[in-house]
Amino acid sequence: MMDILEILVSAGFWAATIRIVSPLILGTLGELICERAGVLNLGIEGIMTMGAMSGWMWVYMGGDLWTGVMFAAFMGLMFGLLHSIFTVYLGLSQHVTGIGITLFASSLSYYVYRMLLPDATTPPKIEPFQIYEVPFLSEIPVIGEALFSQTPLTYLALILVPVVWYVLYKTPLGLAVRMAGENPMAVEAQGINVLSIRTGAVMVGSAFMAVGGAFITMSAFDAFFFGMINGRGWICIALVIFASWKPGKALIGALLFAGLDALQVRAQQTSGALIPYQFFLMMPYILSIVAMVIMARKASYPKALLVPFRRGERT
Amino acid sequence: MALLAFHNITKRFGSLTANDDISFSLDRGEVIALLGENGAGKTTLMNILYGHYTADKGYIEVDGQKLPAGQTDAAINAGIGMVHQHFTLAENLTVLENIMLGTESLWSLGQKRAPAKEKLAQMSEDYGLKVDPDARVAELSVGERQRVEILKALYRDARVLILDEPTAVLTPQEADSLFKTLKSLTKEGFAIIFISHKLHEILAISTRVEVLRRGKIVGSIETEKADRKLLAEMMVGRTVERPVLEQMETGKPIVELENVTVEDKSKDASGVPKLNKVSLTVHQHEIVGIAGVAGNGQSSLADLLSGLEKPDAGTFTLLGQEVTSASPADIVHRGVGRIPEDRHSSGVVGDMMLWENLISEDLRHAPVSKAGVLIDRKACLERANKLIDAFDIRCEGPEAETKLLSGGNMQKLILARALSPKPGFILANQPVRGLDEGAIAYVHEQLLAAKKRGAAVLLISEDLDELFALCDQIAVMYHGTLTQSYDAKTLTIAEVGLMMAGQQSKNTNHSEQPHTENSSHSETTNSGNEEHPHAN
Repeated sequence: MMDILEILVSAGFWAATIRIVSPLILGTLGELICERAGVLNLGIEGIMTMGAMSGWMWVYMGGDLWTGVMFAAFMGLMFGLLHSIFTVYLGLSQHVTGIGITLFASSLSYYVYRMLLPDATTPPKIEPFQIYEVPFLSEIPVIGEALFSQTPLTYLALILVPVVWYVLYKTPLGLAVRMAGENPMAVEAQGINVLSIRTGAVMVGSAFMAVGGAFITMSAFDAFFFGMINGRGWICIALVIFASWKPGKALIGALLFAGLDALQVRAQQTSGALIPYQFFLMMPYILSIVAMVIMARKASYPKALLVPFRRGERT
Repeated sequence: MALLAFHNITKRFGSLTANDDISFSLDRGEVIALLGENGAGKTTLMNILYGHYTADKGYIEVDGQKLPAGQTDAAINAGIGMVHQHFTLAENLTVLENIMLGTESLWSLGQKRAPAKEKLAQMSEDYGLKVDPDARVAELSVGERQRVEILKALYRDARVLILDEPTAVLTPQEADSLFKTLKSLTKEGFAIIFISHKLHEILAISTRVEVLRRGKIVGSIETEKADRKLLAEMMVGRTVERPVLEQMETGKPIVELENVTVEDKSKDASGVPKLNKVSLTVHQHEIVGIAGVAGNGQSSLADLLSGLEKPDAGTFTLLGQEVTSASPADIVHRGVGRIPEDRHSSGVVGDMMLWENLISEDLRHAPVSKAGVLIDRKACLERANKLIDAFDIRCEGPEAETKLLSGGNMQKLILARALSPKPGFILANQPVRGLDEGAIAYVHEQLLAAKKRGAAVLLISEDLDELFALCDQIAVMYHGTLTQSYDAKTLTIAEVGLMMAGQQSKNTNHSEQPHTENSSHSETTNSGNEEHPHAN
C-alpha cells in the first residue's frame, strides 16, 4: 500500500501518465468530433495505425518531424473521407464500414512498411521528437516535470482539448456539428448541408486520430512495428462514452486510464513477486470497465448517432 | 404580382405520382389552406417549396424570381419559413441554439449570442410567442416547441409561413392561441400556407382553400363560399355519409371475461391493478364500445384480449373455450382480428415489405407456408395483390416498403390482415386515430360489415361520437375497472362522461337529454381526438 502511495507522489509517475495520455486524448477528441456529428468511426484503430506508420515513414525517408505529423494528418483526412463516402453519402452501416476501414488501414500500413523496408530485421529507428522543457514552468517541482517537460506533440494534444471545446460550444460551426448529431433534419431545415458538415467532422476527427497514432512512433517511441497501436483506438471509443461526448470529461477519462496504466507498470516492479504481472496488465482495463458502467448510465447519446441522413427521401 | 406562385409542379416517388401538375399562387395577407386526405401530396408540395425535395417538373416563383430547386438555403433566403409537422429541433440543445443555427457564417470564430437573444426577445414580445431562450427544447411542451419553430422562421425574416398540420399535436386551447398568432401575422402582411385535413380549422383560419386529391388540385374555393359538407366532398371526391347503424339480433357469446385482474408489476406501480375484476361479454352481431379517458386500463384490456398479457386472476373464454393462458399466436389462430392502438409501433414493421406485413400473422399455415417451414413467396404475393385490391390500399405494389404508406393506407393494410380471415372476434383499439374523414368512414364501414356477417367487435375509443355512432353496447373504464355494458340507445353522453370521471354506474334518476341533441359536446371531442401525432 505504501508503495502505491509512493508511486502516486513521484514526478516520474505523473510524467509517464501525461505521456501515455497524449495519443488517447488525440484519438478520443477525434472520435468525439465524429460522433458529435452523428457518425461512429470504428476505423479509429486502423487510422491510428496508418498515422503511426505514415508519419514515421515520412521522417525515415528524410522528411522533418512536423511535416511528418502533417503527412499523418493528411492520411487521416483521406481515410476520414473514405469513411464518409460510405457512411455519410451512401448511408451504409457505420459499424461495418468502420471495422472495414480498420482492417484496411492497418493491413495497408503493414504492407507499405514491408514493401518499403523489405530487409529490415530489427525495426529501424528515427530521431523522434525531443522533450521540450518549458522555461520556468518546468522548474516547478512534480508538476513541472510532469506537465512541462514533455514532447511538443503532448503539448499539442493538451491544447486541443480547450480548442475542441471552444469550437464545439462557442462557434456556429460547432453548433452545426452538434446539431447534425442530434437532429440532421433541423440542420437541413436551416439551409445547411448536413452531408458536408458530417463529412468535414469525420475527416477532421480522423486527422486527430492519425496524429494520435503518429505520436506513438514519433514521440513515445522511435520505430514502427506491428500491433503497436494495441487497442488504443478501442479505448478511445470507450472513453468517448465515458466522457458523455464532452471534451473536458474526455480529458479526465483519458487521464484516469493513463494513470492506471502508468501505475500498473510501476506496481509490477514493486510487488511483482507476489502477484502475476498479468493482473497488473488487466487492471486499467477492468477499472475502465467499472468506471464506464458507472458513467455511461448517465450518458446522453447524440440522438442521431448511427442514423444516416438521406436528403429528399420520404420518411 | 403574386408573392409566391407554383407552376406545374410534378413529383414522383417511384411509380407513385405525389404531385401532379400543381399550379396556384399566393399573395400577402392571404391564408391558403391546403386541404387533402393523408397521402394526397400536401406535405410533398411544401417540401418542394422549402427545398427538401426537387420537383421532377415545374418551378416556383417568389416575387417573380425563379426559386432554385432543391436548395433549402435559397428558400429561406427568399423568405420562406416552414413549421414541419415533425418538429426539426434538437432536443438536447437550447431554444436559442436551435434558432441561431444557420444564421451566422459557419466560419466565424465566435457566436453573437447577446444580440440574438435580444432580437428573439423582441420578436417574442411583438408576436406574443413567449418562450425561454435558454431552456433546453426537451423541457418544453409540444405547444412551446411549435412556438420555437415559428420563431425560427420569423427570425430569418420569413414572409411566407408554411404550417404542416400544426394542430395535430396541440390541445384545443393551444390551437386557439396558435390561430390568434396566425391572424396577427396576416395583418402584418405575412402569407400563410396552412396544411390540414380538419375542416373546422380550415373554415376558421383560411381565406382560400386549395383541395388536393391524389396529387392533383381538384378545386379551389374562397373560404367564405365554402362549408364543411362541400369541402369534405371535394377532399374525398364523393359524399361522405355516416354509416347507418343496423339493429341486429345478437347471437351466442364470442368473448367472455370473468373477473379478470391484471396487477401492475411495473417499478413505479401505485398498487392499483391495471385491470380490476373486469367482466365483459361480446356476442355475435354486436359492437361493444369501451369508453374512457386514455390510460385507464384500455391498453391492458387490449393486450389481454390479444394474448399479450396474462391475467393474475379470472378467466378469458373465446368461442366457448378457455384461453386464459393461450399464446398470442394461438389466440389469433382461433379467430381474433386485432387492430392495435399504435400502427407504427405494434401494427406493422415499417422497413419490411407490404406482403410481408400482410402475412405476418399467418406464417405457419398454408397457403403462406409450405409444410410450416418455407414461405411460398408466390402465394404470398398473390394474396397480397388480392388484399391490396380488396381493401384499396394505395401503394406501389406488394413489394413496396410499408413505411412509405400514408397513415390511412397503413391502417387499411392492418384491416386487410386482421379482417380477411373473417375472424369471429375483432379487437379494434383506437382504429381511426390520426385518420382523415375518408379513411375513418372506410374503417367504420368495415367494422359494421364484420358485425353484419356475425363477428363480435370490441371498439376501444376515446371519441364518444365514434362510440355512439357504431356501438350497440357501451361500457366505461376507469382506473382499471369496467362498468357493466349499457345499451347505447339508452345512454347519454353526459352519463358516459360521469362514468369516465369515476362514477361506478349509470344513475338512472339523472337521465339528461339524449346524446343526439348534444352537438356542442361532440365538437370538442372531435377536435381533441381525431388527430394523433403519428399521422402523416
